[in-house]
Amino acid sequence: MNTLRTQPSYAASGGTLSEANVVMGGHGNDAMEARPFAIPSKKLVMWLFIISDAVTFGAMLFAYGYLKNASPDWPAPFRFYPSIFNVLLMTFVLVSSSLTMLIAVRHAKAGDKTKAIRWTYLTAALGVLFAVLHLREWSGLTAEGVHMFSNPWGSPMFGATFYSITGLHLIHVLGGVIALTVVGTRFGTGRYTAADLELGALYWHFVDLVWMFVVPMVYLMNIAR
Amino acid sequence: MSPNATLNSALAVDRQTKDRLTKDLIVYGIILAIAGLQVLMAYHTAPGKQLLVQMLALALVQGGIAVAFFMHLRDEKRGLILALIPTTIFVLVMMNMIWSDSFRLFRMHP
Repeated sequence: MNTLRTQPSYAASGGTLSEANVVMGGHGNDAMEARPFAIPSKKLVMWLFIISDAVTFGAMLFAYGYLKNASPDWPAPFRFYPSIFNVLLMTFVLVSSSLTMLIAVRHAKAGDKTKAIRWTYLTAALGVLFAVLHLREWSGLTAEGVHMFSNPWGSPMFGATFYSITGLHLIHVLGGVIALTVVGTRFGTGRYTAADLELGALYWHFVDLVWMFVVPMVYLMNIAR
Repeated sequence: MSPNATLNSALAVDRQTKDRLTKDLIVYGIILAIAGLQVLMAYHTAPGKQLLVQMLALALVQGGIAVAFFMHLRDEKRGLILALIPTTIFVLVMMNMIWSDSFRLFRMHP
C-alpha cells in the first residue's frame, strides 16, 4: 500500500502543505529522521554557513597577518582621528544593532508583531548607518592615497588586503540589511515566522562577531604613533 | 483560569522579559567595554607580539560572549556546540601551519 498520509498537526491547523510535510505511506514513521541536534534544519544550515564564512574570514585575516609579517615596510596609517574614532563609532553602531535585533526576536517570539517589525527595521537602519560610516572611512583613506595596489608609505599589498577584508565585511553587512528588510516585511505579512526572523538575527550577530576580529587585527595593530 | 491567575501569569512573563533585557544590556555593555579596552591597550602597548596576543585574547573573549549570549549557542544542545566549535578552531589553527614561512620571507632564511 502506498498511500499519502499527512501529519495531523498541519492538517488540523488548516495550513498549506509542502512536500516536506507529506509522509509517503509504506515506509512508516521510520522514514522520518529525527532532527539533528534537536534544532530545525534551517537553523542547522545557518550555523554551517556561519562556520564556513568564519573560516573564510579567518583565512583572509591570516593572509593579512602573513603579508604584514613578511613585509618590512608595512604601513601604520590609522590616526586616532578620523580613523580610530570612526571605527569606535562603527563598533558602537554594529553592537547596538545586535541588541536591537535581539529585542526584535524577543518580541516576535512573544507574538508582538508590530514591535518585532519596528525593531528589525531599526536594526537594518543601523546597518545602513554602519555602511555609510564605512564608506566615509574608505573615502578618507583614498584621499590620503591608499589604493588597491599603492599607498604613500610602504608595502603596496596593504591596500589590497585592507580593502578585501573590510570590503567583504561590508558586503556581508549590506546583504544582512537586505535580508533583514525582506524577512521583517514578510514576517509582517505572515509569510515568515519568528523562527525565520531568528535565522536572520543569527546571521546579523555573526556579521557583528566578524567585526570584533577585524577591528583589532586590521585597525588597532596598525595605528599611527 | 481565574482572572487573578491570568494577571499573575502576565506579570510573570513581563518580569521575565525585563530580566532578559537587563541581561542583554549587561552583555552589550561588556562587549562595548572590551572594545574600548582594546583601543586603550593599542595605544599603551608597543606594537609586536605582546600587543597581538592581547588583541587576540580580548577579541576571543568578546566573540565568545557574542556567540554564547547574542547567538544563544549556550542554550543549544551540547552536541551542536561540540560539532561546531572544535571543528572551526581546528581548521583555523591548521591554517597557521604555514605561518613560519612568513618569517622566512622576511629574514630570507628559515
